[in-house]
Amino acid sequence: MTGITASDGLAPGLADPAHDSQRLFRAILDAFAHPGRIVALPEAPAAVAPMSQAATAFILTLIDRDTPLWLAPSFDTPAVRDFVRFHTGAALVAFEADALFGLASTERCPLFDGFPIGNDAYPDRSATVVVEVPSLRGGPSLTLRGPGIDGQAQMAIPGLTDDFVQERAANHALFPCGVDLVFTAGSELLALPRSIVVER
Amino acid sequence: MPDTNQDAGSAYNYAYLDEQTKRMIRRAILKAIAVPGYQVPFGGREMPLPYGWGTGGIQITASIIGRDDTLKVIDQGADDTTNAVSIRRFFARVADVATTTRTEDATVIQTRHRVPETPLREGQILVFQVPIPEPLRMLEPRETETRTLHALSEYGVMQVSLYESIARHGRISKAYNYPVLVNGRYIMSPSPIPKFDNPKLDRNPALQLYGAGREKRIYAVPPYTPVKSLDFEDHPFEIERWPQSCDFCGSTESFLDEMIVDDQGTRQFICSDTDYCQERQENQRQEAERQEIRSK
Amino acid sequence: MYVAVKGGETAIAHSLDLLADRRRGARDLPELTLDQIDQQLSLAVDRVMTEGSCYDRTLAALAIKQARGDLFEAVFLLRAYRTTLPRFGHSLPIDTSRMVADRRISSTFKDVPGGQVLGPTFDYTHRLLDFSLMTGDERPTAPTAPVDTAQELPRVGDILEREGMLEPPPPADAGAPTQDITRDPLTFPAARAVRLQNLARGDEGFLLALGYSTQRGYGNNHPFVGEVRYGSVPVGFVPEELGFAIEIAEIDVTECDMVNQFAGSHDVPPQFTRGYGLAFGHSERKAMSMALVDRALRADELSEGVTSPAQDEEFVLAHSDSVEASGFVQHLKLPHYVDFQSELVVVRTLREEVEARRRRSTPVSAFGQAAE
Repeated sequence: MTGITASDGLAPGLADPAHDSQRLFRAILDAFAHPGRIVALPEAPAAVAPMSQAATAFILTLIDRDTPLWLAPSFDTPAVRDFVRFHTGAALVAFEADALFGLASTERCPLFDGFPIGNDAYPDRSATVVVEVPSLRGGPSLTLRGPGIDGQAQMAIPGLTDDFVQERAANHALFPCGVDLVFTAGSELLALPRSIVVER
Repeated sequence: MPDTNQDAGSAYNYAYLDEQTKRMIRRAILKAIAVPGYQVPFGGREMPLPYGWGTGGIQITASIIGRDDTLKVIDQGADDTTNAVSIRRFFARVADVATTTRTEDATVIQTRHRVPETPLREGQILVFQVPIPEPLRMLEPRETETRTLHALSEYGVMQVSLYESIARHGRISKAYNYPVLVNGRYIMSPSPIPKFDNPKLDRNPALQLYGAGREKRIYAVPPYTPVKSLDFEDHPFEIERWPQSCDFCGSTESFLDEMIVDDQGTRQFICSDTDYCQERQENQRQEAERQEIRSK
Repeated sequence: MYVAVKGGETAIAHSLDLLADRRRGARDLPELTLDQIDQQLSLAVDRVMTEGSCYDRTLAALAIKQARGDLFEAVFLLRAYRTTLPRFGHSLPIDTSRMVADRRISSTFKDVPGGQVLGPTFDYTHRLLDFSLMTGDERPTAPTAPVDTAQELPRVGDILEREGMLEPPPPADAGAPTQDITRDPLTFPAARAVRLQNLARGDEGFLLALGYSTQRGYGNNHPFVGEVRYGSVPVGFVPEELGFAIEIAEIDVTECDMVNQFAGSHDVPPQFTRGYGLAFGHSERKAMSMALVDRALRADELSEGVTSPAQDEEFVLAHSDSVEASGFVQHLKLPHYVDFQSELVVVRTLREEVEARRRRSTPVSAFGQAAE
């Protein structure tokens, strides 16, 4: 690990790693299995600003020393870096192309350009990008179709522009390659795997 | 970061696997959901049960299960076959989890060779034990080759194989492990379930996770995903039917096991899904009681 | 009655009791101790440690005892335990030129620096049953020459390499991070380091047969035993908080450097190439078989053409593991009656259709003939 200890004012990780991560993972699994569905994270750990509770929980649940993480400049703070390093052991990488996970916000445009998309033989070798948004509700409605959705679903995340819809369509066209997205706000999240078609 | 969370009296972590292994498997599951039908390689571990006896399914179940879950384990459709009993005992022991035989009550169902007759609902997770995850393996033994075929969606070899079966037998003679096309992209092995169960995979509200421990692959079919059994226009896919009905519950809808009950070769046909059969018998008994009361 | 599947729970419980009972055997005989297994069945312990990829004599002995001497089962027990252990870090590569050797022979030179040391070996035993062992073995401790632990034993391969006669270790081996086959899935084509890990854990019988097949023309490499050595080597580890290496253990290993002819290629003059084998404890058959197969698997790299099973990476690596193989072969004992039932339904249908076709196509006169 690093030289930091929890007593340096570092936010705590999961109080009960085995059971907390299991509960959180099941919520994340539910979100991936039902794209577009807003899923509340049960008893999510405290947020490490500027990350939301949901993004903090996601990182603690799925990231470790085997998964390099890329932080957008707005999240690349000493507090976040120390927290991630201490609790997950993940390498923080400077280039998106080296990351298996990313943490960004909708200010970034294009949103998930440069992350690994896998290849046709190994499409799983691709990144999952967590996108922090102010809310998962109240924005312009987008229609989702694809695996996990019975017919169609809606998502209405504020701040997603036409550019996003276009970038996302280009990502879907890469299938089976592509980047998977997770939107986080407060203690809730919503997943958008590459398999899903997103339309205005 | 403490990785151990040892329950009292046990030298092993909750649900047997260490937390790092669980995270690795959980990540693989999410990628499997993102690319339905694609086999994600994962760092499968040795389990305390032998390879070929459900280690892939067990690793998935161990990575998703929690104390709030209710687990059902079936083998050949039955809850009380020895291997199902063994796996259920394993989880009751290492994961402190409630178990059930009732399909409706289960949140996680681990299965070998069957899909329950009772329709599954949203929120349930069906975990399949998979011996050979590669649907093209018996046609092409090389992993490097089959991986390329999947990458290019080059599935002619499978079509040819099914067509040869028609040419030879007048019909597709594949009875179980009948290949399917998931969401129009990947050909997938549904594991050795009878083709009778194939239609249940299509647009099922439950999440289907498939684990192959020895071959170290995980794949998934998300809820409501189209799963098409391969066929030809002039030879549409069809499932097996029995002229008999279940000797216990009278079902004409379910998959029947055939048993030889004496040395004259007398046969008995009984539902393979023990829970489904018992539910029906119980309902019939209650209905009979009600009628008896009414007639008094 | 639905007997076949009822009462599974009770049946399993009774089966476990019976198994434990049979393991103990006749109660009037003293129970085996782990020390006895470690000391007197030491080669079994070595094999279980090697294929179980866990160096712990006591645990290997326990596994052998629990498995009633079934070494496949013992390897499985040890593996399943090993997989639950936390990983603190990686030891430094062992340096076998620092080995305190009990045995060291070369078949390529009459004498080598450090000398030929015969050591304990079955090689020159006459395979005659020693009936004196039937009634206790009270022999005195064998005299051993004083060991000079300071003496380095240069490896024969290194000497040949300096002369340019033997290729240097393949470049991919140096420096690059090594994939760990116990953590990452095997993918093809595999790096040599991955192949060697796989072979080191691989079943001795499987590797023996493959190595043997290369000697009989299925991918021959004209092998010579450059060297086989057996002895103890120190294991170094660099704890992160110290930043320098400390010695954490001493382990016994058997190493084999196989020297093989190589015709040369467009860019490389004829020279000798390496095949490498390493096993825990004293496991010469394993180390030598591994070295043969390692060299055979380099066929593609050396542009020799892959024509034989031992040269076929996917075939060898996918089938070498006894835990995987044993499990999958034996899983056929599990009930398969659902699959069998669907096969029955299909085969019956096919037979009915064949029968119907036959009846339709049988000419009337045939009945006349049959009646004759």
